[in-house]
Amino acid sequence: MADTTKREIDAVTGAPLHPHEWDGIRELEIPPPRWWVLTYLACVVFALGWWVFYPAWPFIGGYTKGLLGYSTRAELADTMAAVKAAQGPMNSRLASLDYAAIRGQPDLMAFAVAGGRALFGENCAQCHGAGAQGQVGFPNLLDDDWLWGGSYGTLQTTIEHGIRSTVDADTRQSAMPAFGKDGFLTRGQIADLAQYVLALSGRAGDVAAAGRGAPLFAEQCVACHGVGGTGNRALGAPNLADDIWFYGGDATAVTAQIWSPRHGVMPAWSGRLDALAIKKLTLYVHSLGGGE
Amino acid sequence: MTSTTAAGDPGPVYRDDVVRWFMIAAVFWALVGMLVGVVIAAQLAFPLLNLDLPWTSFGRLRPVHTSAVIFAFGGSMLIGTSFYVVQRTCRTRLFGGAAADFVFWGYQFFIVLAALSYVLGASQSREYAEPEWYLDIWLAIVWVTYLVVFLGTLITRREPHIYISNWYYLAFIVTIAVLHIVNNLAVPVSIFGTKSYSLFGGVQDAMTQWWYGHNAVGFFLTAGFLAMMYYFIPKQAERPIWSYRLSIISFWSLIFVYIWAGPHHLHYTALPDWVQMLGMSFSIILWMPSWASMVNGIMTVSGRWDRLRTDPVLRFLVVAAAFYGMSTFEGPLMSIRAVNGLSHYTDWTIGHVHSGALGWVAFICFGALYHVVPRLWGRQAIYSGGAIRLHFWLCTVGIVLYITSMWASGIMQGLMWRAHDSLGFLQYSFVETVAAMHPYYAIRALGGLVFLSGTALMAWNLWMTITAGTPAAAGAGPQPRLQPAG
Repeated sequence: MADTTKREIDAVTGAPLHPHEWDGIRELEIPPPRWWVLTYLACVVFALGWWVFYPAWPFIGGYTKGLLGYSTRAELADTMAAVKAAQGPMNSRLASLDYAAIRGQPDLMAFAVAGGRALFGENCAQCHGAGAQGQVGFPNLLDDDWLWGGSYGTLQTTIEHGIRSTVDADTRQSAMPAFGKDGFLTRGQIADLAQYVLALSGRAGDVAAAGRGAPLFAEQCVACHGVGGTGNRALGAPNLADDIWFYGGDATAVTAQIWSPRHGVMPAWSGRLDALAIKKLTLYVHSLGGGE
Repeated sequence: MTSTTAAGDPGPVYRDDVVRWFMIAAVFWALVGMLVGVVIAAQLAFPLLNLDLPWTSFGRLRPVHTSAVIFAFGGSMLIGTSFYVVQRTCRTRLFGGAAADFVFWGYQFFIVLAALSYVLGASQSREYAEPEWYLDIWLAIVWVTYLVVFLGTLITRREPHIYISNWYYLAFIVTIAVLHIVNNLAVPVSIFGTKSYSLFGGVQDAMTQWWYGHNAVGFFLTAGFLAMMYYFIPKQAERPIWSYRLSIISFWSLIFVYIWAGPHHLHYTALPDWVQMLGMSFSIILWMPSWASMVNGIMTVSGRWDRLRTDPVLRFLVVAAAFYGMSTFEGPLMSIRAVNGLSHYTDWTIGHVHSGALGWVAFICFGALYHVVPRLWGRQAIYSGGAIRLHFWLCTVGIVLYITSMWASGIMQGLMWRAHDSLGFLQYSFVETVAAMHPYYAIRALGGLVFLSGTALMAWNLWMTITAGTPAAAGAGPQPRLQPAG
């Protein structure tokens, strides 16, 4: 062990060297910098102050509450109450008026649409897209091509009860038969039918097949989709003649849909959102361009 | 325990074979872990790369990345360098004979099985503690053996005092053992099944997990690598530690304060307010104890500043200490509840973690590897000095791309989530915030790729050093010369 009575001095720093050495490593006896000590103390003082003012230390059966009486839950409740109070007058006007009356009041309409947009982003954008543009299997809400109708009343009903909801008895129901899977039509007949359906929107590739499909359509499809395939909103049967496609507009997609149709589901929102929220959503969706 | 070695006593012969294995394993796992990191970063930017297969999906590969870089790369470096340092600073041979071999093979076995289990879908779903109960038991056995080897070496030391690095290594080993065992207390569903359920429930389970998670950062990624810093910076700079007193104060402050800070991972949750407040206040107290080591590490280069220009190895080590200072300033900042309200659950956290993981942990490891490999294999120097310089700049550019893109993305994300109009209505749907992050995700993946390329360059350089390097002069071979203390 090194001689501890005689202090060695480091030539570079002028500081004394600690007597120990490990694998050639020495240590200098330089005190911690003043700024470091003061900042350390300041941090400790900050913490001590925090413990005085805020909940901090546990003891048996409880904890120190702090002088400010702070609680995260109370802070949240206050914030939510403040938002609710600020929106209160607008919300009660909205609740008391019908759609036609709301439409006549621009400030109320702006409030409802802003609220509906936020609700849409939170609840509807997952399927219909952030801009309500839809995607395959989920309708575009920006256009005027409605499956069940685009008036205030029909939109509200669709949102409240959903489509093919398994938990709402008043949900909108429609079930196109699986013409191929269940053996109503042969593969060849379905191929012809698909060509006819495409032809309704001016997309036919095979005119002869489309011609063979026409009597099949009259026999099997007009009951729901109507003569000329213009659809029936009471049954949720899409318009097949407008060249707007729900599951795709080529022969493969149309054939698949006739063979074994997908039956998309929209949740019933009446149990999850209150009447006012549904009203805002109705106004918002209606305002997107296709409202009737 | 004073220097009673008789004159002419050649001293103990160090066990460096196991250190060499750990260094090779560390470089291998660095490549694997960082490659998987680049893959999952690319998956976030381009989801198609998930390949629609369960085994290659982000959810399963992400723990492969974190475990491979933290526990496989970082862990191999920590255990390997601890064996290197403890022998030299205690002037004694590694204790326990074959126990050290068991630590190596047992630990590597654990890593391989853990990675396989993640890919196959077995996970506890505890962040950084994903391995299921049977692997946890195995790791506990390996870890306790490691403790015995390290402690045994310390006890049989031939130096009167214990060097500061060994204090840090010991704190790391002991605390990780406690954290690992408590956080993984679980009840297996059956003795033949992989599934288990935590012994804790609800918010207590969350608190236990983040007590573990935060102190895995504190004692694995901080204390362990500080041990490396306290040995390799003075060795590489050939200067004494700047302040003996600062190293003691910072050690005990860090050990006592870090363990309290975990609750800041659970701000604004069901965790009681007093726990959140206590965790936050201790996180702020922790700022200066962390900075003490940065100051001590960097100031140790006093009188050798010119070497930062000429010695890229020292540059790695010193820049590591600087990044350590930066991320330990950012950490307490993010633990403040008001800041955390913005940063939590965003990419800011990811940026913060990587400034520490890439800038601090990886850089100190690179510096240590360049220092020990020539010494362990009896080479005069690293094969290519130019390649070290290039490695430094590749990795620095990679880090800058990574952390700046994640800061920008994270703060944007936090601001978009909370943006509302004067009527109190939120302005963005979640998917809009996801779409907005795409360019930053692409930049992050690029940064990771650049960093990985630097690591690959290092692997080549080390390989060439080992296989084609000029042998060191006689007497300075793999078996280092031993001199009695001061």
